[in-house]
Parts: sequence; structure tokens; C-alpha cells
Amino acid sequence: MQNRIDQLFAQKQHGILNIYCTAGFPQLNDTLRIMTALQENGVDLIELGMPFSDPLADGPVIQDSSTKALQNGMSLNKLFEQLTGFRERIHVPVILMGYLNPVLCYGIEAFCAKCAEVGVDGIIVPDLPMAEFEEEYKPVFEKYNLHLIFLVTPETGEARIRKIDSLSKGFIYAVSSSSTTGKEKDMSGQQAYFERLEKLQLKNPVLIGFGVKDKATFETATAHANGAIIGTAFIKAIEHSTDISGSVKAFVATIR
Amino acid sequence: MDIAINTGNSRYQVDKNGYYGRFGGAYTPEMLYPNVEELQRRYLEILSDPSFQQDFEALLRDYVGRPSPLYFAKRLSEKYNAKIYLKREDLNHTGAHKVNNTIGQILLAQRLGKKRIIAETGAGQHGVATATVCALMGMECVVYMGSIDIERQAPNVARMKMLGATVIAATSGSKTLKDATNEAIRDWINNPVDTHYILGTAAGPHPYPDMVARFQSVISEEIKKQLLEKTGKANPDYVVACIGGGSNAAGAFFHYLDEPEVKLVAVEAGGKGVHSGFSAATTQLGKIGIIHASKTLLMQTEDGQIVEPHSISAGLDYPGIGPMHAHLYETGRAQFLDATDDEALAAAYELSLLEGIIPAMESAHALAKLKNMTLHPEDVVVVCLSGRGDKDLDTYIRHMKK
Repeated sequence: MQNRIDQLFAQKQHGILNIYCTAGFPQLNDTLRIMTALQENGVDLIELGMPFSDPLADGPVIQDSSTKALQNGMSLNKLFEQLTGFRERIHVPVILMGYLNPVLCYGIEAFCAKCAEVGVDGIIVPDLPMAEFEEEYKPVFEKYNLHLIFLVTPETGEARIRKIDSLSKGFIYAVSSSSTTGKEKDMSGQQAYFERLEKLQLKNPVLIGFGVKDKATFETATAHANGAIIGTAFIKAIEHSTDISGSVKAFVATIR
Repeated sequence: MDIAINTGNSRYQVDKNGYYGRFGGAYTPEMLYPNVEELQRRYLEILSDPSFQQDFEALLRDYVGRPSPLYFAKRLSEKYNAKIYLKREDLNHTGAHKVNNTIGQILLAQRLGKKRIIAETGAGQHGVATATVCALMGMECVVYMGSIDIERQAPNVARMKMLGATVIAATSGSKTLKDATNEAIRDWINNPVDTHYILGTAAGPHPYPDMVARFQSVISEEIKKQLLEKTGKANPDYVVACIGGGSNAAGAFFHYLDEPEVKLVAVEAGGKGVHSGFSAATTQLGKIGIIHASKTLLMQTEDGQIVEPHSISAGLDYPGIGPMHAHLYETGRAQFLDATDDEALAAAYELSLLEGIIPAMESAHALAKLKNMTLHPEDVVVVCLSGRGDKDLDTYIRHMKK
């Protein structure tokens, strides 16, 4: 079967909305409820955070959501348990995002096999070095048709972006500015970087993340890329919610 | 003094990919890749530049006060029935070995054209050493410190502020060294162009473990010379050092790594007991994992979440050890022991009364294991006295009352 991320981009090239949420947050069993609501409200892609105790690339909002999720009892085992059978209801592509240590601890091959078994399409592991992936893990990911999505930043040089493009599958995650997630940086200053990325004519689609939080920033991002990823703003929108489905609907309505 | 540039084909030194055996590497998010890659590419070239070596040597001599003495501790020797020497890193300017590394790194940062310095600190010794070199060079300095450590190491916080540094409390996780390091790395991610991160221990992504070990290797280089002068032999039977991340141990062991007759002893913080749930004894409690962008031994749950460690000493309160040490443990080149909080306290009182030296709580862990070693009267033992105990007076006073 074709990977669902590839299917998505084969059908739709522009204005892709990818929403990030932390698995097991705000309540342990909210994961599927949130995913269902995201799909119902037309979100194209779902990025599900695997909570980690020490998330280096995340800002305080996402870190707090991870801490809360861990306190709720979330773990990789628990997450795979929650995801078992989810493809009966949810057809949008799903990506898991998390740090390398818990994945290594689970076992790379076991992790990939489990992702394939439950129906996960791709993963983002920001601290997995490209060289290590290429030398050790690439065949494992390919065996399970699991796309590994790499990040690029304004500081990533062209040769490295080309290399990342050759190793990435699904799409490339363009971090809008050099920052941790949720940092208030003005995206208008990133015009040159976005244009530089466009000119490179990469083989993979590009989604812009970090700093995308509302309609205006979503439109800025989608003017230069295939779509955008929203995390922190979404976490804030649901963190104290008593009506998850309603909150998801209201949030997505503010974006498009 | 020379910075150890040529380390030959030692199996205990870092390889060209940044690994010690299966430990090490650089597991950084892409946001940090350019900074770390720049360091990897340039650090050896900068360190081997004669003008760098000259500046480093002059500052160590005239500003830090090196060489630090190698002191024959007569009464301690009588007590443990061996020839015990203390490498007096406590006599360095700022009161600990940490300054050897910060002098090296500030000179490196200047040559990289950086304007702003960030650092993490546990006990505050590395924070003070960083604030000191920033004042010396007129650079902006921001130090991250766990909010718990800010409380228990108040004199060092005051010193950093007086030296012009901004101290920012890390309030996530265990609110100690691990979290201060996370916050410093986050700052670096947010300020990738003008900022250099002066990491204080032999941990973190390659090339930090190697770079810090080379700057600290002045310790073992001096021990060799001084011991030769004092005893006619450059090699002792034992070198003993405490280990959190492992910078003083890396420095004390460095020139002895390939001298198999020298037994290397690393002492971890046992906390309230290795199996009490309040410990930082990584080699006993940890397994391979990734912390602060390095693959090493790490205390973690079954699910790979990092476990919050405990030690009475803020400087050893760390859930991992540097990758070089993980390799020394795995190959058996160094022996790893652990000292509990109580054993370290007792050793601190003992050194104070026997030798008139109040050691840092961290160094006291190394001293605490003399009683567990099978020593002979002719054995020469060098203990790295990594720092002085002024900063720990509150802790010492509190326990004296008990």
C-alpha cells in the first residue's frame, strides 16, 4: 500500500494543515478523541507527540504538555495500545514525533514494526543524526514503509538541505526560525529563507513549522510551502478544555 | 604546560567520528547542527595554534595560579596506611578545576567570533568559572542553574551576579543540573549565531567531551611532573576522582589512560544508597541511552524517560556520565565505586580535621572511598581534590548539628 503521506501530497499540493498534539494530553485517553476531531474538521495531517522527559527542541508549552502526559501515564506501549485499530476510523496520515532515547529503548526495529502494524505513516526524531540513519536504520524504515521526516532550519546550508532531501520521505519539515517550539519570533523576517527553499526545487514537499499560530502566519507559511504545522497554539487551545471536540473545531475554524 | 593535542592511537581517546567505543556522538536537533559542526571542524585546529597555546598557558599560570600543588597529605596517609597525595585544584582561582576548561573555551569562543556566552551549572563552580572568564574578556554571560541548586549553593549565585553574569533558574524536571543543561541547550538553539555554549563537563555532543578533557588534561600532566619530582616515579598506583559528568576525572586520568599499571578509580554519588531511589550512581543504575546529545550510560525508566538523580552534592547530581567514562567503565579500564551522602560528609569532616583542608562536597566523595580500597604502605595514591568547600558550608553546618 502506498504511504498515506504520499497519497495526500499526490492529491493535494497546497494549503496542507498539519496539527501537532501530545499523546495522552490533556487527559490520558484524549488522544483518539482529538485525532477524530482533527479529521472531522478537515485537518490534512496529524503529528502526534510521543512525550519525553527532556525534550530539547521544545519550548515550555509543549514540554509542559509532555510532562503532564507522562504524569497521566503515557508511554510508548500505552500509545501503541491506544492506536491499535485506529485506522478503522481515521484515514488521514499520522506521524509520530519524539526523541530518540525512548525509541532506542523500545528498539528501532520493534518500533518501526509496531508503527506499521497500527498504521502510522511517518516519524520525526529531531535528535537522530542523518548519518546514523543512513548507515544503520534506513533499510529498517523502508522495510516497514515508514517515512522519516527530517528538519531544516535557516542555518542549514544548501548541500546539507540537498542531502536531507535525498534521504527524507514524505515531506521536509522547515523550521521557520532558529528556535525552540512556540517562541514568539516574527515570521515576516524569514521571507528570504522561505524563498531560498522554494528556489531549491526540492523533490519532497515542504511544510513550515515553529511560529505558525493563527490564520495570518498560516497564510504566510503556505504562500511559500506546501503547508504548515501548528503545535504550541493548538496545545494552548486545548489544555484547559472540558469539551475537546468543540475546542478542536473552534481552533481549526480560526485557521481556515 | 601543553594542551594534549596528539593523543595517538589510544583506545581510550575519542575516534574521528566522536565516539569512545560505542559511546559519544552528537545527537543534536538540526537547529544545533551548524554550531556543533563548526566546533567539530575547528576545535583541534584552534587548540593547536601556537598563539592559542600561549594565551592558554599564560592565563593558567598568571590568572588561575597553575601549576596547582601536589600535596603529600601526611596525616591522611598515616590514617590509610599509604602515600596519599592531593592534587590541589581547590587552590585554583575560583576554587575548583572548572576554570581550566572555561579559560580554554573563552579563548576558543573569541577565535570563533562569538559575542555571548551561555553555561549550565550544578554546584555553581562552573557557573562562577564561566562568569569569571566572561568578566575577564568583557563578554556577555548567561548561566542556567536549577532552582534547587540556586537555593543550596547561594554563595556561588552571589559570586556569579557580582561578576556580571545573569543567572536564570531552571524550573523544569528535577530543577537541578540536568535541567539547567536542557535550558542552556535551548538557549543555544534560540541563539545559534552569536552565542558559544561553554559546557562545563566531559559530556554533551562531540566535540565537548574530548575538548573539555583536553583542557582539563593539564591536571594529569602536572601530576606526572610533580610526582616524578617528589617520588622519582611519574606514575602512581592509583588516581582517584569523583565523577558526575566527569570533567575532573577526565583531567586527572587523561595522561594515565594508556599506562595500565596506574589504577584509575572513579567515585560516583551513591546518594542515600544505590538502591534507595535517591542516587546518582549511573554505572550501577544506568543503561545505554542518550542525554544532552551524547550516547552514554544513563539512568532511565524502562520506557526510556530520564530518571531524576539525587546527590547531596549539586555537582554530582546528574543522571548520566560522560561518554569517555562510560567507555572506561565498559572496558574495565577504570574502576567505578560509589560513596553515599553520609560517607562523603564524614570524609569532608575527616579531611578538615586531619589536614586543615575543607573540601568541596564533590571531592569528598573521592576521599570517602580511601577506606574501601585495599592499600599497602608503599602504594602511591593521588586524589584529585577538585574544589574547595566554602560553597558547601551551609550543608556542612546543617549536618554538624545532627
